[in-house]
Amino acid sequence: MTLSDTLQTSFKTVLSYRIRSLLIVLAMALGVAAVVVLTALGDGARNYIINQFSSIGTNLLVVLPGRAETAGSFPGAILGQTPRDLTLADAQLIGRIPQVKRYAPLNVGAAELSAANRLREVTVLGSNTNLIPIRHMQLAQGNFLAQGSENSAQIVLGAKIAQEFFPRSQAIGQRIRLNDSRFLVSGVLAAQGESMGFNTDEIVIIPIHHAQSLFNTTSLFRILIEAKNHSEIESVKHAVLSVLKQSHDGEEDITVITQDAVLATFDRILHTMTLAVAGIAAISLIVAGILIMNVMLIAVTQRTTEIGLLKAIGATSANIRYLFFAEAIWLSAAGAILGFFLGQFGSWMIRIAYPLLPAWSPIWASTAGIAVALATGILASLFPASRAARLDPVNALSKR
Amino acid sequence: MIRLTAITRTFHMGDQAVHALNDINLYIGSGEYVSIMGPSGSGKSTLLNIIGLLDRPDSGSYELDNRMIIDLSETEQAQVRREKIGFVFQSFHLVPRLTAAENIELPLILSGIPQKQRQSRVEEALQAFELMQRANHRPAELSGGQRQRVAIARATVMQPSVILADEPTGNLDHQIGSEVMALLEDLHHRGTTLIVVTHDRELGARAHRQIGMRDGKILTDQSNDAV
Ligand SMILES: Nc1ncnc2c1ncn2[C@@H]1O[C@H](COP(=O)(O)OP(=O)(O)OP(=O)(O)O)[C@@H](O)[C@H]1O
Ligand SMILES: [Mg+2]
Repeated sequence: MTLSDTLQTSFKTVLSYRIRSLLIVLAMALGVAAVVVLTALGDGARNYIINQFSSIGTNLLVVLPGRAETAGSFPGAILGQTPRDLTLADAQLIGRIPQVKRYAPLNVGAAELSAANRLREVTVLGSNTNLIPIRHMQLAQGNFLAQGSENSAQIVLGAKIAQEFFPRSQAIGQRIRLNDSRFLVSGVLAAQGESMGFNTDEIVIIPIHHAQSLFNTTSLFRILIEAKNHSEIESVKHAVLSVLKQSHDGEEDITVITQDAVLATFDRILHTMTLAVAGIAAISLIVAGILIMNVMLIAVTQRTTEIGLLKAIGATSANIRYLFFAEAIWLSAAGAILGFFLGQFGSWMIRIAYPLLPAWSPIWASTAGIAVALATGILASLFPASRAARLDPVNALSKR
Repeated sequence: MIRLTAITRTFHMGDQAVHALNDINLYIGSGEYVSIMGPSGSGKSTLLNIIGLLDRPDSGSYELDNRMIIDLSETEQAQVRREKIGFVFQSFHLVPRLTAAENIELPLILSGIPQKQRQSRVEEALQAFELMQRANHRPAELSGGQRQRVAIARATVMQPSVILADEPTGNLDHQIGSEVMALLEDLHHRGTTLIVVTHDRELGARAHRQIGMRDGKILTDQSNDAV
């Protein structure tokens, strides 16, 4: 019996048991579709988060006070000392490292903003002119700490705040109060919306010196650094650590986080999540495989005399086995292909419903879904097929 | 040519042994027309199944067309069944979801004969057994006589040298039964060895050689030299 005849014959058999075949194909298809859709969701979420996190800056490093790894490694802690603060002097030292493209010291706090008979609490960032490019923010109008105005009391308003306070007039040039200090609006941020849970439309930015006197502090919350290029991120990290160790009397009491490392961690965690989700979805494929096995065992019983007849007219055991195999392959292949398209359709619907989520199933997931479907189908048919092949023709013909 | 020597076949039902065939010695020449008769349970079907390679004897030897059959592998035996033997059963054993033409085509498919040749051979067989109008009907839509004609067409489409018929008229009325017998005898006239198991004395008497069985043994073996 030729391969193509085996395939054709079993295809006809599959077609002639319409309802039975349809149910199996559907079960398989739902399994594959589940793999495709769930991995599309998982990978979409991963890409979404990675993109968001990448968009906050390029080649970014963040310096924060204190050692993050182990509390005990800071010897001062035993003596009741708190770690040394980060200061503007530290920031300036960092600025001298050759691989550093630019840096921005950062203070964050809340203050009351009042102008034009309005009053509200806002988040205040204190920084220098580099904050805006380092954090990939954009000014819609005006500027921030342009040359020659480094020490003036100027303020940049988030898009929404500018809109709230000066709905009908030009915000730039207006006077505004933060707590008791006066500021002159020098710029307005472009509307950006929320990113990483932080809405830049509802913040204000003032020069770092003003922020420190506003919050009555000399220490910094963070220092943001942009390396000159990607390959220098690690060397910047080491340079920062050693420069600040020196200036902190030999204590390594700061932590440097690179955007890269955080990205890699996110990526790993979310990728693992996608894998886990795919695995769970694949269980439904195993269930479909068990369904195939059951239905095939029933088919062998139903078609016992037919199998006996085939042997009587010269079919070998191998012929019979391949016929049942081929049936399983048709069913699972049809299920896999239908499931793949169902899954793609489902992912497309998700992308329509949530345009921000890049819900594309990764190729490995679709391939694995289809492969697992085929493999379970074939595995599930092994036992029924060999049972059919082993049937004794005389007994089969008389259904003894 | 069929030569059975000291064939035995015993079935075990619990601790009871049934000697379905008990030391059978039989020679059937090429082109003979043989009927096998005997009471129910005398071993007729078992004998036919062994001749048709559906069953293996417990002991004894079997030679078919100068070939020792017992030593052949399963695959080789299947090939012999395909090429040399045609089976006709009492209950037709057509595949219910296939049409008459597709049922007839089955042995050709199993033999790996290409599609084009298959078509013309099926066509010939349909014509020979006057089934042209019924080619695309399923067995459920055919009468008993038509079903048996399809079964005979299927048994002969590979042009076997031996036709084995186990009560081919058992499910047919007398008139249709003798028409079916006439078709089988027609094959015999064209040189095929024909072995028919039957309960019908009248039909059995039409054969040139009549074998009587009882309790797994050949009791009588007579030839009508008159024919
Ligand atoms: N697979 C089997 N298992 C157990 N016993 C069997 C088997 N096949 C046949 N027999 C027994 O062997 C004996 C011969 O059976 P066989 O079918 O050859 O008889 P038969 O002459 O064809 O009878 P009938 O005219 O009723 O068809 C019977 O006693 C039967 O019960
Ligand atoms: Mg019988």
